[in-house]
Amino acid sequence: MDAVNILSTKGLTKTYGGIKANTDIDFALPKGKTMALIGPNGAGKSTFVGMLCGRIAATSGDVFFEGQNINALPAHKRISLGIAYTFQITSVFAGLSLHENVALAARRRLGSDVTAVDAKVADVLARVGLMDRADQIAGDLSYGHQRLLEIAMGLAQDPRLFILDEPTQGLADSEIASFIDLINSLAGETTILLIEHNMDVVMKTAAYITVLNFGEILAAGTPEEIHANEAVQAAYLGTTTDA
Amino acid sequence: MSNTQRSNLLHLGTITLLAVAFFILPTYHVGNLSRIMVLAVYAIGYNFLFGYTGLLSLGHALFFAAGMYGLGLSMELFDLTTAPALVVGLASALVISAVIGFLALRTSGVSFMIVTLMFAQAGYLTILYFGTYTRGDEGFVIQQADRVLFGVDLSSDTGRYFAALALFSVCFLAVAHLVQSPFGRTLVAIRENEERARMLGYDTVTHKLKAVIISGTISGLAGAAYALLFGYAGATFATVQYSIFPLLWVLLGGAGTTIGPLIGVIFMFYLIDLSSSITSAYMLIAGVVLVLLTLFAPQGLAGELRKRVFKWMP
Repeated sequence: MDAVNILSTKGLTKTYGGIKANTDIDFALPKGKTMALIGPNGAGKSTFVGMLCGRIAATSGDVFFEGQNINALPAHKRISLGIAYTFQITSVFAGLSLHENVALAARRRLGSDVTAVDAKVADVLARVGLMDRADQIAGDLSYGHQRLLEIAMGLAQDPRLFILDEPTQGLADSEIASFIDLINSLAGETTILLIEHNMDVVMKTAAYITVLNFGEILAAGTPEEIHANEAVQAAYLGTTTDA
Repeated sequence: MSNTQRSNLLHLGTITLLAVAFFILPTYHVGNLSRIMVLAVYAIGYNFLFGYTGLLSLGHALFFAAGMYGLGLSMELFDLTTAPALVVGLASALVISAVIGFLALRTSGVSFMIVTLMFAQAGYLTILYFGTYTRGDEGFVIQQADRVLFGVDLSSDTGRYFAALALFSVCFLAVAHLVQSPFGRTLVAIRENEERARMLGYDTVTHKLKAVIISGTISGLAGAAYALLFGYAGATFATVQYSIFPLLWVLLGGAGTTIGPLIGVIFMFYLIDLSSSITSAYMLIAGVVLVLLTLFAPQGLAGELRKRVFKWMP
């Protein structure tokens, strides 16, 4: 195990019936960096992160978090280890206030210390720019604001690894710009794994990129290396115009 | 005034009102109210699971009956005195709800409703099967001598009323406190979006099991108290009807509100009481009113009040 990797996988495979969604994925995520996971639709990105955080059971292979094999851990235990996860399709507590949404995320770690929870809530809501809406009901927010709320819920957990599944999907350009700033402001604080279709966001935030195609790792490297990689261009970048 | 102060005022005000009611209401209504308060405890237990955790059970009669028969049979067959028998009733409900919860929580949604219903039916049939001991549908009377707790005669109007009030107050305040605690708020989170709660690192299965146990035990306590205060245990209380009642009370009163269960029981009790004084087809009137309420106040009486006027209501 390389000590600087916060998370790694070995031979991680998922098959649905005879269909291979992920085949033999050997993956390493350097600690404290932002890595983007890209690939065409159906490449198996969501399946892959689903197996990382325990939502989807792996058919075979191993997942290591900070050197520890976490295969046997159910999702909530993996989250307790310090993995935060935001859903591809926005998932907040629509009937509860923003404050309570974020407090629920913070409380799991901070317990019943009301002052600490309130301070954390105020801190992360301010960070994503939703402070003045703390008392609103989450379901009444615009889609973009709900996505930001979900990110706030992730941040409130002080994650060691923050997995974001297509966070900018459905955001307006101005919102994307502030999202990029937010991610960059987290650099060094936490490790981020970003599934992203928007290449602009990827290029502006990621230190490393991993490309998935047909459930296998096609390439991994710095943005420059990926940009220059012909196999990637053929498989992925070439198809973005009609995506 | 902060929302917490308002809630405390509402809760303590309700209890005070119920205490004062004993002195100003005619005997007939005082008798009704003692029954209502015990049934409201049952509704409070049900509301904890349905209103706050979002689990719709159709088998709570089993827990109610577990408390009732735990108390009744231990008196009848083993000659236990009141206090130990009450503990047995409570323990039976606790154990049975833990077992049923463990099994039924492998399902969710409609399956959960059906599984709990089936367990409750099995419980009802078990009571009939062991008719030699339980006296089946006919039931048995709890002896007058056994209905004394800490020197209070629970068969007297006064003793019964204040025992019911004490029990109601304890459960009412305890649940009100519990739903505001981090544990209670996590249950609400599970009700709102279970997958999100799980992916925030909460063990949702354990939380739901605890909710079933708490809910079932409170319901069992209500069953035991009912037998004790009204001196009778019978298989009728284990029928599906007694699983539907708490659902109706909570829906009418306002699911997920602390005051809703009490309001629901009072409303339903007097709806049937008043309509049966007008016509023998009283269920027709009751039915129409229930349909109207469901149409125009889908969140129940307290739920609508919270939505429209008192947004701070717990």
